[in-house]
Amino acid sequence: MFEILERQDMADGTVVLNEISAPLIAKKAKPGQFVILKANETGERIPLTMADTDPDKGTITIIYQVVGKSTTLFKSLKIGEGFQDVIGPLGQPTHIEKLGTVVCVGGGTGVAVLHPIARGMKEIGNHVIAIIGARNKDLLILEDKMKAASNELHVCTDDGSYGHHGFVTDVLKDILEKEAVKLVVAIGPVPMMKFVCSVTEKYKVKTLVSLNPIMVDGTGMCGCCRVSVGGKTRFACIDGPEFDGHEVDFDELMQRLQAYKEQESVAYKKFLHE
Amino acid sequence: MTEKSPKKEKIPRQPMPEQDPRIRKRNFEEVPLGYTKELAVKEAERCLQCKKPSCMEGCPVSVDIPGFIKSIKEGDFAKAVRKIWERNALPAVCGRVCPQEIQCEGKCILGKKGKPVAIGNLEKFVADMEREHGDGKLPPKNDPTGKRIAVVGSGPSGLTVAGDLILKGHEVTIFEAFHKPGGVLVYGIPEFRLPKDIVYSEVSTLEKLGVKVECNTVVGRTVSLDELFEQGYDAIYVGVGAGLPRFLNIPGENLIGIYSANEYLTRANLMKAYLFPEYDTPLARGKNVVVFGAGNVTMDSARTAMRLGADRVRIVYRRSRDEMPARSAEIHHAEEEGIEFSLLTAPIRFLGDENARLTGVECLQMKLGEPDESGRRRPIPIDGSEFKLECDLAVIAVGAGANPLLTKSTEDLKVNKWGYIVADPETGKTMKKGVWAGGDIVTGQATVILAMGAGRKASDSIHQYLTWGW
Ligand SMILES: Cc1cc2nc3c(=O)[nH]c(=O)nc-3n(C[C@H](O)[C@H](O)[C@H](O)COP(=O)(O)OP(=O)(O)OC[C@H]3O[C@@H](n4cnc5c(N)ncnc54)[C@H](O)[C@@H]3O)c2cc1C
Ligand SMILES: Cc1cc2nc3c(=O)[nH]c(=O)nc-3n(C[C@H](O)[C@H](O)[C@H](O)COP(=O)(O)OP(=O)(O)OC[C@H]3O[C@@H](n4cnc5c(N)ncnc54)[C@H](O)[C@@H]3O)c2cc1C
Ligand code: SF4
Ligand code: SF4
Ligand code: FES
Repeated sequence: MFEILERQDMADGTVVLNEISAPLIAKKAKPGQFVILKANETGERIPLTMADTDPDKGTITIIYQVVGKSTTLFKSLKIGEGFQDVIGPLGQPTHIEKLGTVVCVGGGTGVAVLHPIARGMKEIGNHVIAIIGARNKDLLILEDKMKAASNELHVCTDDGSYGHHGFVTDVLKDILEKEAVKLVVAIGPVPMMKFVCSVTEKYKVKTLVSLNPIMVDGTGMCGCCRVSVGGKTRFACIDGPEFDGHEVDFDELMQRLQAYKEQESVAYKKFLHE
Repeated sequence: MTEKSPKKEKIPRQPMPEQDPRIRKRNFEEVPLGYTKELAVKEAERCLQCKKPSCMEGCPVSVDIPGFIKSIKEGDFAKAVRKIWERNALPAVCGRVCPQEIQCEGKCILGKKGKPVAIGNLEKFVADMEREHGDGKLPPKNDPTGKRIAVVGSGPSGLTVAGDLILKGHEVTIFEAFHKPGGVLVYGIPEFRLPKDIVYSEVSTLEKLGVKVECNTVVGRTVSLDELFEQGYDAIYVGVGAGLPRFLNIPGENLIGIYSANEYLTRANLMKAYLFPEYDTPLARGKNVVVFGAGNVTMDSARTAMRLGADRVRIVYRRSRDEMPARSAEIHHAEEEGIEFSLLTAPIRFLGDENARLTGVECLQMKLGEPDESGRRRPIPIDGSEFKLECDLAVIAVGAGANPLLTKSTEDLKVNKWGYIVADPETGKTMKKGVWAGGDIVTGQATVILAMGAGRKASDSIHQYLTWGW
């Protein structure tokens, strides 16, 4: 068993943080990589990005949005309990290099995935401008950590309850107008990433996105996670999860994410009932 | 010769009792019900006990076939299974999945005039007897040597290496990427053909012998081969299988409802999606299913789709029936279960609706031309023969390739142009010192028994290395 050592409810309990004992993975993991977790014997294999690792302590941290059956089950696990299986580190690490000014855009739980990348980019000497957004103030996560991981932080809420009233793309446009940006990293809901890419395309600024297709094994063995990038089929679990956003077919990704909609709701309702 | 005593040929081949096709096509229980003692002894009596048994030439690991059959005839089933174990550690598996008709039974002398001895059925029978009624006594182990071996991958080849080397007194740890051991035996081959409890029982025997099994370890990611050496392993065996799905590379392949056989079968078997929602992993249940290919994987996918409630399942294959590589028993079983075959048919394009869900596949009719490199007649498209097959679920089962995850992370492990590991066919030695490889990752997708044979050769070579050096 992979024991949960810390847990924390965030964003009004819609987001949960778990710090899990997984020494081998903690030693190997790099920003941008993910793990696959399975809670118990009957559970499914769920991919989540590592929001942090502590190689000395032998722990990894995941931060996940509670959206359906499996994440609700994960949420119910207490300190001292744990996951039956945790597999990783999987996927390609983010290529962190010194470029100049880098803008990191995060939405929803994407901020958790973005945080180690922003921190790495800053540590290596980039000027990091971070823009993070949420629907409202209560759903915003990791503001303090993002502040520390960046040179400049902009916060947006859709309803204006905090920070800039509006979308992350509004702020992004302003920055792209004013500054010579070398790279944009955008991580969040698929529509947000798509929107960011359409903005940065106009300014011809390279944009990395992190894709979240449905997965099974995470080792390139099943092809479930296939995405179209630059007209070619790629496996997000081994070739990604990060890709050049200007080449990604976001509409296909959004459709494929709907593949099990009916069954997911059956499983979720049954779970809540029990 | 006395071998051809005409009296013995009079006993007909004893048929294997099976679940009725109309019932079994909707359940996941094993299809053959197994021989009774009486049936097994009667079948064993058919064997002529040849002095030069041709059947053994057909078995890749040279099981002493007349030897074990003689013990069955004498009613000593425990002795029979021990005879098989001398060459083959997984008889319960091989009796069920070996393509006997082209191996042992294909060479049996009785097959020349009538039907061969049912060697596979007998092998399954004694292995099942031992598992269910045996004394569970473990084979003797040599004194500890203090040497440590890492086995990467827990398919049939890795399990063979682990079993051989633990008995020789070495310490063995198996590292497996999935959360359960067994390789294709658990994630690929369905429950109705190979019950998973049989595989777990084999693995648990190894564990009782002292083999450690570390699941959830993706070698090349969680730990590298060089790190395993740093941790003190003296030798490594790589048996990671051919885990790369092959697609058709035609338009529309990313529509919802199109699966690689690897994904379809992994969800169904390893993740137990056929028990959804009791198990959490979902799987589309098609009403009108097409499966591409003609191998064992194709039959398994088609029969799984039928069991998941399909009204209609069609196998689409671009050559003819004679070229189908699947075990003949499985083709026969599939037909009995109402699976249809669209032969000489090749897909050219998938069609979907506005929500990107699969609605059909456009195909071309083929005819057979001259034989190609594989010796099989080459399919040639007939111009203007396009037609549409309607379907809401498609499974692509046209073979597998070499998964590059481990080889790419290990620079000095040489691979050929298709990505398979280069290893000496006699010893399994790779170009990297202290590393052996075998099974599907060396040969490409083959058979359980060949993967086990490769494991046997490698374990002999590893033992020699640990005793005498590289
Ligand atoms: C590489 C990767 C990294 C991810 N990192 C994070 C993260 O750090 N934090 C976070 O909150 N979420 C992350 N996700 C998304 C997360 O995996 C899904 O939210 C989760 O699987 C939902 O499961 P569920 O049973 O609770 O919900 P369900 O009701 O089953 O599904 C809700 C939606 O989640 C998606 N989903 C379902 N099953 C899977 C699956 N096996 N694999 C992937 N997606 C699935 C589908 O789009 C589905 O419609 C990541 C996904 C990927 C592929
Ligand atoms: C659906 C299906 C049906 C089949 N039917 C038959 C049949 O009827 N008869 C027959 O003889 N053959 C059949 N075969 C073929 C047979 O199963 C294979 O030839 C055989 O299993 C190969 O054994 P292996 O040990 O080389 O590899 P595998 O059985 O593929 O096992 C490899 C193992 O290594 C693990 N692994 C992979 N990468 C890593 C890594 N980096 N780190 C750690 N572990 C890793 C995998 O998860 C897997 O568990 C079938 C195959 C399939 C897919
Ligand atoms: S191992 Fe396979 S080929 Fe050999 S005797 Fe047994 S069933 Fe026949
Ligand atoms: S199985 Fe067939 S070939 Fe083998 S010994 Fe018996 S009769 Fe002879
Ligand atoms: S999740 Fe199976 S290939 Fe990527």
